[in-house]
Amino acid sequence: MKILVCMKQVPQKDAPLKLNESGTWIREDVSYEVNEPDAYALEEALRQKEKHGGEVVVITSGPARAQQVLREALAKGADRAIHLEDDAFVGLDALNTARAFAAAIKDEQFDLIFTGLQSDDYGFAQTGVILAELLGWPHATIIMQIEKNDTGIRVKRELEAGFFQFVNMPLPAVLTIQSGINKLRYATLIGIKQAKNKPMRKVALADVQSALTPNLQKIERLYVPQKTKKTETLDGPPAEIAKKLVDKLRNELRIL
Amino acid sequence: MSAIKFKGVDFIEFDSLLTDDERLVRDTTRKFIEDNLVPIIEECNRAGRFPRELVKPMAELGFFGASLKGYGCAGMGNVEYGLMTQELERGDSGVRSFVSVQSSLVMYPIYTFGTEEQKQTWLPAMQQGEKLGCFGLTEPDFGSNPGGMRTRARKSGKEYVLNGEKMWITSGTIADVAVIWAKVEEEDNKVRGFLVETDRPGFKADDVHGKWSLRASVTSGLSMQDVRIPEANLLPGTGGLKSPLMCLNQARFGISWGALGAAMSCYDTALQYSLLRKQFRDQPIASHQLIQEKLVWMISEITKGQLLALQVGRLKDQGKVQHQHISMAKRNNVWMALECARMARDILGGNGIADDYPIMRHMMNLESVKTYEGTHDVHALIIGQSITGIDAF
Ligand SMILES: Cc1cc2nc3c(=O)[nH]c(=O)nc-3n(C[C@H](O)[C@H](O)[C@H](O)COP(=O)(O)OP(=O)(O)OC[C@H]3O[C@@H](n4cnc5c(N)ncnc54)[C@H](O)[C@@H]3O)c2cc1C
Ligand SMILES: Cc1cc2nc3c(=O)[nH]c(=O)nc-3n(C[C@H](O)[C@H](O)[C@H](O)COP(=O)(O)OP(=O)(O)OC[C@H]3O[C@@H](n4cnc5c(N)ncnc54)[C@H](O)[C@@H]3O)c2cc1C
Repeated sequence: MKILVCMKQVPQKDAPLKLNESGTWIREDVSYEVNEPDAYALEEALRQKEKHGGEVVVITSGPARAQQVLREALAKGADRAIHLEDDAFVGLDALNTARAFAAAIKDEQFDLIFTGLQSDDYGFAQTGVILAELLGWPHATIIMQIEKNDTGIRVKRELEAGFFQFVNMPLPAVLTIQSGINKLRYATLIGIKQAKNKPMRKVALADVQSALTPNLQKIERLYVPQKTKKTETLDGPPAEIAKKLVDKLRNELRIL
Repeated sequence: MSAIKFKGVDFIEFDSLLTDDERLVRDTTRKFIEDNLVPIIEECNRAGRFPRELVKPMAELGFFGASLKGYGCAGMGNVEYGLMTQELERGDSGVRSFVSVQSSLVMYPIYTFGTEEQKQTWLPAMQQGEKLGCFGLTEPDFGSNPGGMRTRARKSGKEYVLNGEKMWITSGTIADVAVIWAKVEEEDNKVRGFLVETDRPGFKADDVHGKWSLRASVTSGLSMQDVRIPEANLLPGTGGLKSPLMCLNQARFGISWGALGAAMSCYDTALQYSLLRKQFRDQPIASHQLIQEKLVWMISEITKGQLLALQVGRLKDQGKVQHQHISMAKRNNVWMALECARMARDILGGNGIADDYPIMRHMMNLESVKTYEGTHDVHALIIGQSITGIDAF
């Protein structure tokens, strides 16, 4: 099976975040890591390859720093990587990211595309689903298990409240992978050395520009939740205080 | 399990001085240690137990002989190797000591001074963690001055016969092979290295008990009474005291990074604790000038230590490093790490003495690290010799 894994670099989970000057996103000077569900998606792809043979290719879009994600994937055992490299990729919405990926892989033939369930930063949970739509492939989300069979694959989806659903699907297909589906491996030191010699294809913004349109979704303002606390003392005889209080609750705070 | 999770330490964008690979080696090791060592280390330290169950997983990641080329080894650069030891020692100095001995003090001399046959016999098996090694230089009466050693090798036909005592030998009782340094009677008492399988008749190893330091690592005394080894067990490339000192230079370089890891662990614990702990007017103790001064001292010294270790590593990669450079990095970084441990202990108040936090363990461990591989003062004499030209030993 030939599997493509979409991987994103996101700010480290417990990194202290600072807003950028325009207040639309965070500042770049934080530590980054692999988006957690993407790490599980890669692991699942590597396991499928170990069982059924084939190839694992990893793809990311983002600035030069995002290459770290691909290097780590190559060190863990992916065969080659595709890097859509430009600062502008950071600001794309899910539709445009999916379009950029679809354009970048138009000459490839994959049996499966894995994405993480969602990204730890934007949390859209859309990129994989939209990519499937653009390619005209079936998709399934929140995948907990994948088994190959004669007609395609059988997957286990996580539903609400402890329920699961099993779905038979034809190939090719797109799956969005849930964290915890397997146990992650470590990159080995030898793997890190060998990763240097594996192919990494760079795709420039210009190469996929014609597939993109202005973002449909835009972050207008990002802010730290403001703590507001105001204390006011009401004076007077009890009956009057009660009247003032009801008035405030009803007309100022609108909670009555 | 430690009450505070490590968040990483980088004050001046030190990471930007590293390559992608270097960061990846560091992050991989960090994750491994966080998942596998941190949850068990306090128990190991209490029980005085070496976590042998980690030998195989560490081998699989490639930690043993990581900077050697071939024989299954990863062939890492010096800074990569240093960052790996940093993360190992952030976990525990004892576990880092085990890896240092296996790699720098046993695999390195076999790689550097051994025959192809010796390399084939030992290096792949040691890289895999199937065979463990120890390094016997120090003796009960000769530590800082190993040149005075009494252990002797005498030629007898096609064999050497070894007699002597070695003391303070890391991994002594768990080793399959010992690199033993001995004076060869037939060669005018020249110091040479021998590979001694630990199951040979006359070879005995006993653990040192009652240690208050490096409790998660094995430390032993070795005794050799008429131990006969084939002459093929001589490491042919060794000759004179400079051979063991070359090994120690490898290990000392790793220690200079390792100490940074221990210091980072103490600093980060103290920083996080001081932000949570409130005393007087419901204010975090981090709001007091005295606490801030301590934290600032620590982060400043750690940052300087990182730059020192990095430069020595870059020189080593270029083949330009001098032994006094490594002495400075080892001496400075272990000293500052011990000072950090003491300050961090102070900041944690009563909690600082308990093993809910890693600080007291690091502090006790670092007392050994300050002494072994050349004591703090002996490194002062090495640096002093190099700048004045005068030998003050
Ligand atoms: C936990 C542990 C593990 C170890 N593992 C190993 C191992 O695997 N293999 C191995 O061979 N050794 C090992 N060692 C031994 C270690 O290298 C020695 O302890 C070290 O070299 C110091 O020797 P010593 O203990 O005999 O102290 P001494 O040499 O007796 O030194 C005592 C004090 O005198 C000072 N001193 C000595 N000479 C001078 C001088 N000329 N001027 C001023 N001050 C001086 C020293 O700085 C020190 O403060 C280990 C030690 C420990 C504690
Ligand atoms: C083994 C042991 C036995 C003990 N036995 C007893 C006992 O029998 N009975 C008993 O009552 N207590 C006992 N104690 C408690 C001991 O007195 C406290 O640990 C000590 O008062 C410090 O308090 P703390 O641990 O809460 O640290 P904290 O008060 O939290 O102090 C933490 C750090 O903050 C610093 N700090 C705090 N306030 C300020 C400030 N305003 N400005 C600058 N720095 C500040 C401190 O100097 C310290 O470095 C014992 C402690 C130990 C370790």
